[in-house]
Amino acid sequence: MLSGEDEWVPFSRRPEWSDVKPVPQDDGPNPVVPISYSDEFRETMDYFRSIYLSGERSFRALSLCSEAIELNPSNYTIWHFRRIVLEALDADLHAEKEYVNNIALRNSKNYQIWHHKRWLAEKLGPEAAEEELAFTEKIFAVDAKNYHAWSHRQSVLQALGGWQKELDYCDKLLREDVFNNSAWNQRYFVITKSPFLGGLQEMRESETRYAVEAILSNPENESPWRYLRGLYKDDPNLLICNNQVSEVCLKILKRKQNIVLALSLLLDLLCHGFQPISEIRSAVEALRISESEPSTSSLANTICGILGLVDPMRSNYWAWRRSHLPSEVC
Amino acid sequence: MESSPVSSSSPPSSVFSFDLPSAPHSSDHDQQPSLRTVTHLEQLRVEEKVAEIYRILNDASPHTKTIMMELWRDNHILFLSRGLNQLGPNFRILDASRPWLCYWIIHSMSLLGESLDIEVENSIIEFLSHCEDKQGGYGGGPGQMPHLATTYAAVNTLITLGSDAALSSVNRDSLHKFLLRMKDSSGAFRMHHAGEIDVRACYTAISVASILNIMDSELVVGLGDYIIRCQTYEGGIAGEPGSEAHGGYTFCGLATMVLIDEVDRLHLPSLIDWVVFRQGVECGFQGRTNKLVDGCYSFWQGGSLSLIQTLLPIAEKQTQSPLTSIEHQTLEGNSDGSTSQVQNPENEDMGTEKGDDIGFRFIRMGTRVAAPLFHSVALQQYVLLCSQVLEGGFKDKPGAHRDYYHTCYCLSGLCVSQYSFSKTPNSPPPSRAMLGPYSNLLEPIHPLYNVLLDKFYRAHEFFFGMKKRGTI
Repeated sequence: MLSGEDEWVPFSRRPEWSDVKPVPQDDGPNPVVPISYSDEFRETMDYFRSIYLSGERSFRALSLCSEAIELNPSNYTIWHFRRIVLEALDADLHAEKEYVNNIALRNSKNYQIWHHKRWLAEKLGPEAAEEELAFTEKIFAVDAKNYHAWSHRQSVLQALGGWQKELDYCDKLLREDVFNNSAWNQRYFVITKSPFLGGLQEMRESETRYAVEAILSNPENESPWRYLRGLYKDDPNLLICNNQVSEVCLKILKRKQNIVLALSLLLDLLCHGFQPISEIRSAVEALRISESEPSTSSLANTICGILGLVDPMRSNYWAWRRSHLPSEVC
Repeated sequence: MESSPVSSSSPPSSVFSFDLPSAPHSSDHDQQPSLRTVTHLEQLRVEEKVAEIYRILNDASPHTKTIMMELWRDNHILFLSRGLNQLGPNFRILDASRPWLCYWIIHSMSLLGESLDIEVENSIIEFLSHCEDKQGGYGGGPGQMPHLATTYAAVNTLITLGSDAALSSVNRDSLHKFLLRMKDSSGAFRMHHAGEIDVRACYTAISVASILNIMDSELVVGLGDYIIRCQTYEGGIAGEPGSEAHGGYTFCGLATMVLIDEVDRLHLPSLIDWVVFRQGVECGFQGRTNKLVDGCYSFWQGGSLSLIQTLLPIAEKQTQSPLTSIEHQTLEGNSDGSTSQVQNPENEDMGTEKGDDIGFRFIRMGTRVAAPLFHSVALQQYVLLCSQVLEGGFKDKPGAHRDYYHTCYCLSGLCVSQYSFSKTPNSPPPSRAMLGPYSNLLEPIHPLYNVLLDKFYRAHEFFFGMKKRGTI
């Protein structure tokens, strides 16, 4: 039998498998991308193929799946068969949760494991919510931007609940690392989807303050700028009417450092019909680098010109923006 | 000036002479302890490594510079052919991705202009037929369940081989049935039976349906609605609704929407803005806001911007009328006739389904402005100097190890940047579009499928001609 770190015992020498005929992999006569499998890998997969083909739904099949998954956790066929076996055996899903969590901690960027976790969480129902959320937090402690773990967390919230402390959790992560865009994305998810917060309309004003504060302390951080825009994504009229938005642009421009994102948002405001106060005009004027720029050109034009110079990586983009300004702001 | 995680206002250098991104140095950041976050520190570490490489380039003699910017073709081909013939035991973790290994290797070789011996070709065709499921679709290896991603990889490999034997080896009838079985009531697709649903699954399903000419309205219904739900407040597209905008999913979502002729339903101006901001001071692309640069996004983000070059008329129309709803614009030409016109007259009586033959028409449309919206020369600099491994192969970033995935997508990204100044995808680029010697030039691709353009034409002739003859 297989026990811990002991040496691997071939299936052919395990009495409980003596009735099973292994099925070798049929790679054909001249395989390409052939992998030099270890004996352990080859034999485990040969036995797996055998029970997969016979459809044997037994406890030994389950433990064989565990051994095979250990050797290659991204083999989706094994995971799929494992779910069939678990259902047929009406197996203890709490034990399964322990099992998959253990693997997920070691292979946190694997589609199959997270799909299995989602399937399991949905089977366990709302009682599983708290533990699932806690598990993702364990993952985030090591990798706060793990894409699979965030998707899992969102699916748990939506399917099983647990929204109550989610906004606080986002805030905690952002306090630790305000550049964590995944936490900003989660914050957006919460304020738009949580059944307890009243939706985007309720949250817009306070979230605008939150984003503005983050921008003022780190104006080069793109995340809160995108978040701020996102709060008004379906309602640009509200965006241009909110003084907090144009004021944060003005404050950053006056500092004359990290101006790209402020200019970029200001440009969007203008394209949406924003009427700038003279203080904004002069703040932009003060940033003009090139004297060749005619002072008669529109504010939006001037901004594109400045951006083309201070943000050379995107100079083609700013030139394109400039040539396609809405007619009202040209 | 400072060097920030993303859109630093500090210029990397003047536009077409890429010496250095601004070297990270102490700045007012250092007085702000709040900035010493994990994100910030990791970013600084990468910037330092990249800056060191560009510093060496900058100080090098003209001769050394040329060598540094050279594509080491022979070494790449050697690395690739070795993998095709034998992989070590550590590759067991890719044992459910063997058609992917085929695609990464064969597509990379084709980009490099390397042709294969007929015996090798036959071995690949035969091996992939061992991965094909009797009920349709291809699995990750012989005897494994069919999976959409490995189906995409297998089909693209066979198309890249391009012979009649390769193309006719695909069982299109059963593949079509497999695609229908993977269709979910949400309009999206599952990766495999009872598997996960996401934008990758949507793209791989639609890409093979399109290129094999087995697209129909049943596959398309509801799909555009799903993809639209995945476009996030940032502008990019996420793997599923609610998730974070991501380069890989953005390419998959955008290409899917083009292939089903619903791309005008995405908000393109915000998508473009998000993608162009993913190119950082390192000159390469990151996959998400405030994440680290990675060579593979040279294709996922660069490829999206290559598609965008053809889609600019639609984006511009959305820009012009930001506050009003936009009438449906299709690639076949819209109300003002500003986009395309190319309709193969022979195809007109074929009873075109929605999305039928779009891959072909997309290429014929070409681009109106022959300039990319991103810095394509800078991108080439990142791929050649930071991702290229001189012994062969490409890697994510300095300090990482090479692999076949990064080799495929770094080369694909290099390719789209080389052709980004071409009005049609196969016209030879002007030399200003190229970094390094002109011999670096790769074969052009079809950006919707990421297969070589002439192999696409060959497949098109094969599968669409077939339909005309009524053999499906």
